[in-house]
Amino acid sequence: MSNIASSSLRQASRICLKQSTSPTCLARSATARVTRLSSQRRGYVSETKKGNAQVNVDTAIRAEQKTFFQETGKHPEGQIVPGTSVNADAMMSPMAGVLKQATVLDQGERPIYLDMQATTPLDPRVLDAMLPFYTGLYGNPHSRTHAYGWETDEAIEQARQNIADLIGAHPKEIIFTSGATESNNMSVKGVARFFGRAGKKNHIITTQTEHKCVLDSCRHLQDEGFEVTYLPVKSSGLIDMSDLEAAMRPETALVSIMSVNNEIGVIQPLEEIGKLCRSKKVFFHTDAAQAVGKIPMDVNKMQIDLMSISSHKIYGPMGIGACYVRRRPRVRIDPIITGGGQERGLRSGTLAPALVVGFGEACRIAKEELVYDSQRIKKLSDRLLRGLLSLEHTQQNGDPNHFYPGCVNVSFSYVEGESLLMALKDIALSSGSACTSASLEPSYVLRALGSSDESAHSSIRFGIGRFTTESEIDYVLKAVNERVSFLRELSPLWELVQEGIALDSIQWSQH
Amino acid sequence: MSAIAATKAQSSQQAKSLYRQLLRQGEQFAAYNFREYAKRRARDSFREHRDVQDSREIQELMQKGLKELQVMKRQTVISQFYQMDKLVVEGGKAGKETGSSGSIVRQKDTGLD
Repeated sequence: MSNIASSSLRQASRICLKQSTSPTCLARSATARVTRLSSQRRGYVSETKKGNAQVNVDTAIRAEQKTFFQETGKHPEGQIVPGTSVNADAMMSPMAGVLKQATVLDQGERPIYLDMQATTPLDPRVLDAMLPFYTGLYGNPHSRTHAYGWETDEAIEQARQNIADLIGAHPKEIIFTSGATESNNMSVKGVARFFGRAGKKNHIITTQTEHKCVLDSCRHLQDEGFEVTYLPVKSSGLIDMSDLEAAMRPETALVSIMSVNNEIGVIQPLEEIGKLCRSKKVFFHTDAAQAVGKIPMDVNKMQIDLMSISSHKIYGPMGIGACYVRRRPRVRIDPIITGGGQERGLRSGTLAPALVVGFGEACRIAKEELVYDSQRIKKLSDRLLRGLLSLEHTQQNGDPNHFYPGCVNVSFSYVEGESLLMALKDIALSSGSACTSASLEPSYVLRALGSSDESAHSSIRFGIGRFTTESEIDYVLKAVNERVSFLRELSPLWELVQEGIALDSIQWSQH
Repeated sequence: MSAIAATKAQSSQQAKSLYRQLLRQGEQFAAYNFREYAKRRARDSFREHRDVQDSREIQELMQKGLKELQVMKRQTVISQFYQMDKLVVEGGKAGKETGSSGSIVRQKDTGLD
């Protein structure tokens, strides 16, 4: 019996906490609960009912709104509670507060998404194509013995066709992987290991501004005894073709250069690189995760031998990507993942039909909308760039003529980039690649361009995509303008600059 | 001659009806970005193909539009099931929402606690 009494006390006190705004009501409900509990049958396990533990927020709120109206004759949302700035509607629903669910949202609080280089929202049309494969069509696409397998297999082949069409390839040259990182690993390590086995070709060329996964694969190969040349880039972010030609040796197996940089958006001269590589009989791999579906890509025109594609950068689902592996002239690679021999034996493992279909649909839409999207993104990007560069002491990173307009990287001098990101809480932005956004190190890409530590620290990347609107851009411009000037007002460096003192002439005292 | 004119008038009527339906359905997206895109895309593609005369091409475009409408009918429903908090730009420039709209419970939390 003492058990029940103490538990009822606990419950009552819990109710007190929840309903502190209405003391009379709480006393009533607490006594009611105690009497009800004492009349219950005795048991070792306290009875639980759905209604005891859960509050249906919707109905509770509506009931309260109704009673408020009956008693006062006024609508609760229009009444401001004296002494506070909260309206009666929000005040009356403490359950909503407890459950952290707002009933009345006067003002949206969700940030604007402007980080399209990290990932893009899933297009509703893509989701629509995927849903049947999560509900009814669940066959294993590699099952050749029944209809469930055939139907998913057919859908996968259709998706493969869509992806191949987007890049001008043959469907059989598309290998599905888990994403661009796996494709990059597969290409770089695969080609190097296959040709390294013969012992003749043991040299790889890549650039300093590559994505981490390519650089890390190269580092691993260095441990295995390969030689790697990390080409420097010009201050615009583009590579120097004469540097590339000079770096090529007879034993070079692979050149890996990304199409569109993920941080500064510069587009490398793929066609020239492809031509040079073909003439020297070196395989050309490009990480096109940021390029496919955004700029026109053609593997035959650009003479690309291996290409990495990611689905979630083109409004498709996460967790799938593809690797283009040329068949003529054939590129032989040593598979990293071995097993059942799916995907021509280059990447074993059961495919996920829903993801593959979503990826294919995303590619189909990207091909259809390429012109429309790029026109629109160009327009928004021009608007954003013009607004940002009209602020004083700002500059764009990367080549202003050869960059993908959806990726705008701007340095705001005398402002700490991370503090600006904190100040811009209402906008989802990043100072660089998502993989390195946890560290406070300045971006290695910007360092490779030759920017100073300060400039690299103060740069921010704005990503514009298919679903970005004009009013979002205007909001961002206004917010950036306000917060940058606010942060600069706080900065002693800015004061010195305003007084006309050059910062590098100052002798900072040593401690 | 009049038969051709009649079919033309009929197809233009159908196109107008489809356009209105697409806009109305696009308005139903709960997510701001998708809603704006749906309306903008419908408007822009109708404007782009405003001068199409070939009846076969008109048929194809109408079929495509109808397919998009079907997709949108399904996706707007899904969008309304999983509502997020509104974006900071929504509801006018100040982000204020006026009127009685306490009927929908949206997920408000962003990020970790």
